[in-house]
Amino acid sequence: MKIINLLTDSFLKILLPGIRVTIPLTVISFSLAMVIGILVAFVQFANIRVLKQLARFYIWVIRGTPLLIQLFVVFYGLPSVGVIIDPFPAAVIVFSINEGAYSAETIRGALEAVPKGQIEAGYCSGLNFVQIMWHIVLPQALRMAFPSLANALIAMVKSTSLAANITVMEMFMVTQQIVARTYEALALYLELAFIYLMFSTVLTRLQTYLEKRMNTRGA
Amino acid sequence: MIEIKGIRKSFGDLEVLKGLDLNIEKGDVVAILGPSGSGKTTLLRCLNFLEKADEGTMIFDGQEFDMHSASRKTIHEIRIKTSFVFQQFNLFSNKTVLENVTLGLTVARKMDKHKAEEIGKNLLDKVGLSDKYEAYPNQLSGGQQQRVGIARALATDPEIIYFDEPTSALDPELIGEVLAVIKELADEGMTMLVVTHEMNFAKHVSKKVIFMDEGNIIASMPTEQFFNEQKNERIRNFIKSIEHKGEQK
Ligand SMILES: Nc1ncnc2c1ncn2[C@@H]1O[C@H](COP(=O)(O)OP(=O)(O)OP(=O)(O)O)[C@@H](O)[C@H]1O
Ligand SMILES: [Mg+2]
Repeated sequence: MKIINLLTDSFLKILLPGIRVTIPLTVISFSLAMVIGILVAFVQFANIRVLKQLARFYIWVIRGTPLLIQLFVVFYGLPSVGVIIDPFPAAVIVFSINEGAYSAETIRGALEAVPKGQIEAGYCSGLNFVQIMWHIVLPQALRMAFPSLANALIAMVKSTSLAANITVMEMFMVTQQIVARTYEALALYLELAFIYLMFSTVLTRLQTYLEKRMNTRGA
Repeated sequence: MIEIKGIRKSFGDLEVLKGLDLNIEKGDVVAILGPSGSGKTTLLRCLNFLEKADEGTMIFDGQEFDMHSASRKTIHEIRIKTSFVFQQFNLFSNKTVLENVTLGLTVARKMDKHKAEEIGKNLLDKVGLSDKYEAYPNQLSGGQQQRVGIARALATDPEIIYFDEPTSALDPELIGEVLAVIKELADEGMTMLVVTHEMNFAKHVSKKVIFMDEGNIIASMPTEQFFNEQKNERIRNFIKSIEHKGEQK
């Protein structure tokens, strides 16, 4: 009975930082990551010389190093050169820059998969490069990239637990504190896992629904 | 209306266009014939700057410029005045049929949406697709897609339309409906340059025939003369072989 009381008591205590921290952290970081991803993919697709090299370098470094270490560099490392960032913004910066590199690759692949003939037809209709990208290529590319990007979003929800390491008061952090008081590690961590599972399930359902809706329109 | 002088184009070591000249008058319907690999597609693509010619001069509506160094602005002006119909249709797959036709008007020419839709619907009616405005390209047959391609080409009121084998990607039973639309345009006086392997089309619709071989134009004459008084042995054999293939179908 004691354990049931503990679980019901802690459920809201864990869920609340989930709603207040995990969700905003994910939504903000992922939105920024999309902006970064589209720009970095675009620079490569349009073959803009110096920027393309920079884009490759960025992707190479970010994808080649662990997320956890990137968090530590920004939060614990940068203060030694005078750059002090609060935990939450630091997490946003790292998560968006990290996911930006991955989604840039996803989006670039999708941009390149749009048939070249449609781009030529766009030019022949009198459109310029930016208009072709905006009206023809990007909508198709994002639709193709959608399943991968949705998976990335779900992965990010779970990765936000790493932010506990830089003192962000998100669900994992809060659970750890409750465990420290009650010593009920198994029950509480399972409960935390269950809450993550709820979040992921909602997103997976949403993904399926949106994919279905997109498939009823056009190719 | 369009004059081309000395157009050359190579891909690496392969010289595909070997300095040829071309003159198209308003109202001309020109069929371009020739064996595979003779440079027909490349010629059309250079005329619309989808491919950059290595050399050549273009005079379009009295304005003369070098084709290799044409500025982005010149290229845009030419494209605004011309249209292209592709072998593989190349419809915008995220746009409805009607949007495919109006995009060049609403986006490239900033035309009012309602006005553009009116033009688009008229053209779709003309090519026999009045029940398909809201369909997506992947819901259409090849012949229907190509008719959308033609409506899209017409929407921007071009001075000339380039066709690159508009019926070669179609099943035989769908070729007729597309050719009928092109013939109607010819009767209305549209200026068209049509690469084709359809001898019937060349014979009965085009007013002039150009024959290309290995990057050169080796014959350019009125259609009657081309088919009935052909002295060139090579061309006679080509026509025979194509017609023979046609019969086998
Ligand atoms: N982008 C390219 N890169 C390299 N070679 C090319 C390219 N485009 C065309 N070629 C070559 O140029 C030659 C002429 O090609 P083109 O497509 O103009 O011929 P075509 O007369 O249209 O032939 P077909 O009747 O088969 O369509 C061919 O040998 C082709 O392989
Ligand atoms: Mg060709």
